[in-house]
Amino acid sequence: MTQLALVIDLNVCVGCHACVTSCKEWNTSGPAGSMSDDRPYGADPTGTFFNRVQTYEIGSFPNTETLHFPKSCLHCEDPPCVPVCPTGASYKRKEDGIVLVDYDKCIACKYCSWACPYGAREIDEHQKVMKKCTLCVDRIYDQNLPEAERKPACVLACPTSARLFGDVHDPESVVSAAIRENGGYQLMPEWATRPANHYLPRRKTRIRIHADELSRADNPLKKERQLPQPGKSEPSLDDVTSW
Amino acid sequence: MHPAFSVIFLTTLIGAGQGLFLALYTGQVYAFFHLLSAQADRGFYAGGSLIALSLLVGGLIASFFHLGHPERAWRSAAKWRTSWLSREVIVLPAFMGMVLLYGAAHWLDWNPPLLTIGTLTLNATMVFGVLGTVLCFILFICTAMIYACLKFLREWHSPLTVANYLLLGCASGFTLATAYSAYTAPDLMGFYGKWAIIITLLAMASRIASLLRNSKLKPKSTLQTAIGVRHNKIVQIAQGFMGGSFNTREFFHGKGVALLRSVKWIFLLMVFVLPLLLLAGGLSTSAAVLLSTAFLVQYAGLLFERWFFFAQANHPQNLYYQAIA
Ligand code: SF4
Ligand code: SF4
Repeated sequence: MTQLALVIDLNVCVGCHACVTSCKEWNTSGPAGSMSDDRPYGADPTGTFFNRVQTYEIGSFPNTETLHFPKSCLHCEDPPCVPVCPTGASYKRKEDGIVLVDYDKCIACKYCSWACPYGAREIDEHQKVMKKCTLCVDRIYDQNLPEAERKPACVLACPTSARLFGDVHDPESVVSAAIRENGGYQLMPEWATRPANHYLPRRKTRIRIHADELSRADNPLKKERQLPQPGKSEPSLDDVTSW
Repeated sequence: MHPAFSVIFLTTLIGAGQGLFLALYTGQVYAFFHLLSAQADRGFYAGGSLIALSLLVGGLIASFFHLGHPERAWRSAAKWRTSWLSREVIVLPAFMGMVLLYGAAHWLDWNPPLLTIGTLTLNATMVFGVLGTVLCFILFICTAMIYACLKFLREWHSPLTVANYLLLGCASGFTLATAYSAYTAPDLMGFYGKWAIIITLLAMASRIASLLRNSKLKPKSTLQTAIGVRHNKIVQIAQGFMGGSFNTREFFHGKGVALLRSVKWIFLLMVFVLPLLLLAGGLSTSAAVLLSTAFLVQYAGLLFERWFFFAQANHPQNLYYQAIA
């Protein structure tokens, strides 16, 4: 079984919103129609997005840390949003585990958005259907694109490669290795939704140096010690060598 | 959550309609077993069914205002295996049909014996009534489970939600039956009035129980589990956009704590205290005006109750939408 997912490295994300704009650009131009905005240049802009980048501050000054946190549908393996949908518009694909909304069936009752603890679904106020991240299902299988570009738009846009894409059920995949080796975790594990998307935590690179390591205690030849000055009566180099 | 008026009207209107139907049928069953000396004529049942049906239709119309694509509403019957909403969509019209059948059979006096159990012969209206009652209870359960099945909306995820929907609907329906009988069959007024008082008291007990339960709830999700960082002090600096979004509109009621608290006291007064006093007063003086006021006050109170029910539920997604910038 395949479960496609994103792995987002919070240690690398710089909060530039490139994934947000790239996602919107790709998906608003897609065959499913635009992702509508209202008053985009007005005082109170609002619109439909699949992906948001949020910022958190951890700790209190001066010991603070800034965390940039990209957030989109996590393509849960037990998605609570799917069984509640009365029309079957929301479904989870068997073949790759992507959770999708069929825009032709959705009646915009919003029940699925109530059932998602992460707030990953947003209604399109003009098309009147529920929308959410599709993992760029319309590009990852597109044979017309070069193989390297068959990835979600956000992954391609990320300048720091904070977003990895792959099959989390394949233990050899890049994403599985990243989760395994770098402490990947899921959001709100308390609701047993088993999100497929994982996050990699912030990691500190530290070296530990003990005081006795500052001088070489293990040097039998004492190479670094200053050699004693030779006496005036000692033979000089000229006396002992023949040039 | 942001209380939507379409859903507030849907749930309160069908609740009253269901309660009224149950009241009518309870009266008929009592009469059938000769537990009730007063007999209502068939016009009483037909008229009552018509009122119940109008309330149900009103609720159904209100529900369409909740949908972005009402013309596709028929699709929502598809997933009855998994979705309580889908089940409600199926049971509501089935129940409406049964109420129509029940009322029409009474009105047309079409009442041939349909079923014989031992020495008991059940006529058509009795059989329709049983079926209607079953559908009515299933409908109460479906409506309430739509909310009660969402486990992370912890204010709703409780059997008390089902009890409340059932008892509050029945209370308003029996109060309406009392007012209705005061005008059309005054002999039955006492019977319905006593039931209305009993059910209103039961509803009060279960609603207060759920208020107490909810006041003690501690959130399971925190900002720590939401973003997966272990630190006692985390604040959101930016939610990712400057204006509003669906997430900030749908899941926040946007009102202050004080308003929420006053709505709570208003509904406790209007759904329970005032109707109980009015019912008691109306029954002792046989004043139909007091009894109909009892229903109107209780129904209006239920609108406040439902508003509060939605506003009180705290969705975990709100953790992600705390700061604009
Ligand atoms: S993140 Fe939300 S919308 Fe996405 S699959 Fe999970 S529950 Fe459903
Ligand atoms: S809003 Fe659409 S996708 Fe969501 S539950 Fe309703 S019909 Fe299903």
